[in-house]
Amino acid sequence: MEEKKNVLPEETSSEKATQAPETLVKGVMHEQNMQQVSTKQRIVKIAVQTGLYVFLGFMAIVVLFPFYWMLISSVKSMTEYEANPPTLWPKVFVFHNYVEAFNAANLGTLFGNTIYVGLISTGLSLIITVLSAFAFARLEFKGKNVLFGFLLATMMIPGELFTITNYQTVVDFGWLNTYTVLIVPFLVSVFYIYLLKQNFMQIPNELYLAAKVDGTTDFKYLWKVMIPLALPTLISITILKMMGAWNTYIWPKLVANDEAHRLITNGLRALSFTDEATQKTNIPVQMAAVTMVSTPLFLVFVFLRKYIMKGVSRSGIKG
Amino acid sequence: MAENKETKPKKEFSLREKLDEFSAWFKKFLLKIKFDVWKGWLYLLPCIGLLLVFTVWPIINTVRISFLEGYDSLGAIGGATFNVGVGNFTRVINAPRFLTCLKNTLILCVLTVPISTILALIIAVCLNAIKPLRRFLQTVFFLPYVTNSIAIGMVFAAMFKMVGSHFGTGNEYIQTAGIMNTILGVFGVKPVNWINEGSTYAANITVMVVYIVWNALPFKILILLGGLQSVNKQYYEAAKIDSTPRWRVFLRITVPLLSPMLVYVVITGFIGGFKEYSSIVGIFGEGMGAPGAKGSLNTMVGYIYDAISNTQYGIASAAALILFAIIFVVTMINLYVSKKKTHY
Repeated sequence: MEEKKNVLPEETSSEKATQAPETLVKGVMHEQNMQQVSTKQRIVKIAVQTGLYVFLGFMAIVVLFPFYWMLISSVKSMTEYEANPPTLWPKVFVFHNYVEAFNAANLGTLFGNTIYVGLISTGLSLIITVLSAFAFARLEFKGKNVLFGFLLATMMIPGELFTITNYQTVVDFGWLNTYTVLIVPFLVSVFYIYLLKQNFMQIPNELYLAAKVDGTTDFKYLWKVMIPLALPTLISITILKMMGAWNTYIWPKLVANDEAHRLITNGLRALSFTDEATQKTNIPVQMAAVTMVSTPLFLVFVFLRKYIMKGVSRSGIKG
Repeated sequence: MAENKETKPKKEFSLREKLDEFSAWFKKFLLKIKFDVWKGWLYLLPCIGLLLVFTVWPIINTVRISFLEGYDSLGAIGGATFNVGVGNFTRVINAPRFLTCLKNTLILCVLTVPISTILALIIAVCLNAIKPLRRFLQTVFFLPYVTNSIAIGMVFAAMFKMVGSHFGTGNEYIQTAGIMNTILGVFGVKPVNWINEGSTYAANITVMVVYIVWNALPFKILILLGGLQSVNKQYYEAAKIDSTPRWRVFLRITVPLLSPMLVYVVITGFIGGFKEYSSIVGIFGEGMGAPGAKGSLNTMVGYIYDAISNTQYGIASAAALILFAIIFVVTMINLYVSKKKTHY
């Protein structure tokens, strides 16, 4: 029985496991009785499965509904949006909302700023992370473990504690309303160093020693061996870091909230999208802007889902 | 001329010799200063440099400022001295505004963490029990994670908001209740003023709880489902042989075996909950409250940022340390309780 279990695919083996004991226990019963029991069990099983799908389907609708509402609202006219009861599918599609939103929110500049800051901070952060992780994973030096322990300890402290002094520091440096202030303070992420160090440690040390014997420099070894082997982790870090730049709100609001350097989230929240004729918030246009801000995130998610989910499940940090 | 021809190759030779000499000397030099020992630190130089400026110094400075009474940075540059004491802390604790923020944060934490954890657990267990469509549904449930909390907050605000509408003649003003109220109306619930002017505190908190739970589910489902998939199937087979009822299997096998993941999810949930800020900005805007009741939903983090904006660094530092202390204590309590109940 046990040998068979290993050969058989999981599903059939577990089914066998459930059926076998029943035949053993109920072997003395009449065959008719047994059949009754098994049909009853089958009915229960089907009912439970249906219940599961109904529940999960309902929850899926709840989860997806805001996205649906965002999309259909973004193409409604203002009058249709305010109709009572609200329509679940737009009667007339007003794609002009997107043009209006793009111009009103000056989305071009906001997108440009965010991508610029995101790319540069991701690039620099990757370099620092790789160098640090390499040092912690491969090199032997005094105080390594103490230093690493200290780095891990700083992860416990909420970021708000740093913000106060960091704000004073960047004011002293004269960095207010520059790109630098959005990039430099967050280049070191202890968590990413930790993640990459763990990954580097899985690469056998013999490879490094062999490379040393051949006279390969550390940098060449890092570039040719370590980085390709740790590529999935590096991709995860890149995506999470870019998403972070896309979603950051508090720090930019504090230090770089001028027209020229504003990032996408701040720009989105700062605008009122007021309709000139009625002096009310033009929600369809607002939703069009929200859709445009959300779309890149969804595209990244659709194409790189695997890396995001892997990175998140190991890190548990949001953006 | 002849002399020159003779010396030239000699010169080249000597240059190479010198180079060799130099490189040998350099290698010795590196050995002398123990380059291999320092190499590690060299690699870590950018990391350590940035950490010193933006992590280590802030920790020291924030603690220092929090104990300087009435600290202001301009005065500090001018050479003013401040009394050392706990004045900032007492001022923060006695400020009614801080107490409102603390109350809001606690209410949101206490409501959202259990609700989202239990809901995520149920969804994860259900997902684990089905075969077809599992991958697809897993993706759907993860979707809210990759969103901008401000942007989607604005969508939620639109869903809960009542909108007015002019119908031709100027004075006729018709309120539409918004899609949420319309949906609830199908189940016979009367329209509620969720977030508009004059809405109640309870209604506002309800909207926030709905949004935060929606936002928190993906991460929790991901972690719990990952945990479920690594659970040894033998336990379930044993339960099947004993024909243990499903709910009992859930309470006696699934929950204990998942307890490390549950602890992790609860702790990160509490930490995130105490730092709640941008989801409220997403729904209510920077006023942190319904129109006409500004600041009524402000949180601890919001309080700290307001203090920074008003250059009250002493107050901000004290509040940040209080926040840190609360998070620390809650995490420790969680770990202590879980140590007694967790099955690793």
